[in-house]
Amino acid sequence: MQPEIVTTEGLACCYREGRVLEDISIRVLRGDYVGIVGPNGSGKSTLVKSLLGLVDISAGRAALFGAPLADFRDWQRVGYLPQSLHLVNPIFPATVHETVGLGLLSQKSFPKRLNRADRSKIDQTLEELNISDLKQKLIGELSGGQLQRVLLARAIVNDPELLILDEPTAALDPETRGLFYSLIGEINRRRGVTVLLVTHDSGAIGQHASKMLYLDKKVLFYGSFEQFCHSPEMSSLFGEHSQHLMCHRH
Amino acid sequence: MNLLEILSYGFIQRALLAGTLISLLCSVLGVFLVLRRLSLIGDGLAHITFGSTAIALALKLYSAMSLIVSMPIVLLASLGILKLTEKGRLSGDAAIGIVSSLGISAGIILASVGGGYNVDLLSYLFGNILSISVEELYIAIGLFCVVMFLLLLFFNDLLAVTFSEELARVSGIRTNLINAVLVMLTALSVVLAMKLVGIMLISSLLILPAASALQIARGFKACVALAALQGGVSVVAGIFVSFASNLPTSATVVVINLLMLGCSFIYRRLVQTA
Repeated sequence: MQPEIVTTEGLACCYREGRVLEDISIRVLRGDYVGIVGPNGSGKSTLVKSLLGLVDISAGRAALFGAPLADFRDWQRVGYLPQSLHLVNPIFPATVHETVGLGLLSQKSFPKRLNRADRSKIDQTLEELNISDLKQKLIGELSGGQLQRVLLARAIVNDPELLILDEPTAALDPETRGLFYSLIGEINRRRGVTVLLVTHDSGAIGQHASKMLYLDKKVLFYGSFEQFCHSPEMSSLFGEHSQHLMCHRH
Repeated sequence: MNLLEILSYGFIQRALLAGTLISLLCSVLGVFLVLRRLSLIGDGLAHITFGSTAIALALKLYSAMSLIVSMPIVLLASLGILKLTEKGRLSGDAAIGIVSSLGISAGIILASVGGGYNVDLLSYLFGNILSISVEELYIAIGLFCVVMFLLLLFFNDLLAVTFSEELARVSGIRTNLINAVLVMLTALSVVLAMKLVGIMLISSLLILPAASALQIARGFKACVALAALQGGVSVVAGIFVSFASNLPTSATVVVINLLMLGCSFIYRRLVQTA
């Protein structure tokens, strides 16, 4: 049995408008690649943000690597990639190299300084993602796809055991989106990184994820991709034809 | 009058040293503030400084003592702006506006109760670096060392929070602490800058070097270095030009900064079309 990386029990989150998540109980094991899907406003982003401590939990509990979220301090074990367009100030003067280096600060104690080994680690990560040629570019000069790879490099440069991605492909064209999912799949397989990926794109993520979490304020489905493909609940939700299209890799 | 003659005056030496140190602080902090869209915090804190200076003058405390009285008040006001933003459901500019109006109204009332505006209070409105005393110079050197040391210590945390507060939190950085450090360092620099450019022009010292550097810098550290360079050059040039031409130093420093900003726009346009 693989160790639990993410555990939630009866988790609920509220905004001023009311409850956006209720009774979320899931277990994510080491090496899982979980695609989190659901309609707009279903609480997908809220779920991952609550796991990162960015949104308060109003009921239930969550744990990362077995530690209750309130006590969790090992942030170097977690990589996070938000929706890039919301994140990056186009006039921010940092180079790609400087931006990726920020990902290493989580493993540094005060005062946080990067050394020569860190700089070669950044180079190595840029090489792994085939973006070494962008090293000296400013982040405001990058295309959407390039920026997404740079932010992914920032998220994985500290060798995280858990990678959380919140709609990372929202601004990408379908072809770049497919390539991005494959890249995440490769990181999941090669590095053994556990992945939680939020997306609207149920069809494309199905090609790559090992588990699917279908949310609509609560869990409508959580299980392996095979179970998802044969689930009568999902058939009634999507219709058999759409479900077949999503599962056509099998 | 030649350059060496100008440099032989003690008040010019003090002005050059203090002015350069103050401008370095303001330009470096300005890069973080402009990118955090907190550029006008300098104005807000300067208005508080006006109020606190009025208190000092009402208590018959002048020169270096008025700086010492202002510091804790402006530090508290800087934390007040942060709290209003975090807890008061207010955007940064609204919080700055509230604290700013508090400072300026308190200053006006105190000045009025104290028998109207006097020369000392007005000198803080427009600054007069050439009148800096030896005690004020020592305070400027001491504060420069403290602020620079803290800036170097927190540099990467400040960079991370400026890039994205959300990502910084997920990296385990205590963003509330780092925000507090940034506004408190700004508060200390603003109190010093009041002597150099005056309350009315403090924002320009925070914004203009950063705005110029953002046009041409390739890299964050390069941006900070370029902003510091412009800040230092503009103050040294401003002191010489104003002394030689009998112009007010504060406004001359700001005009030189504006010219440098114009040059950086032109440089950027030329690089883009090349």
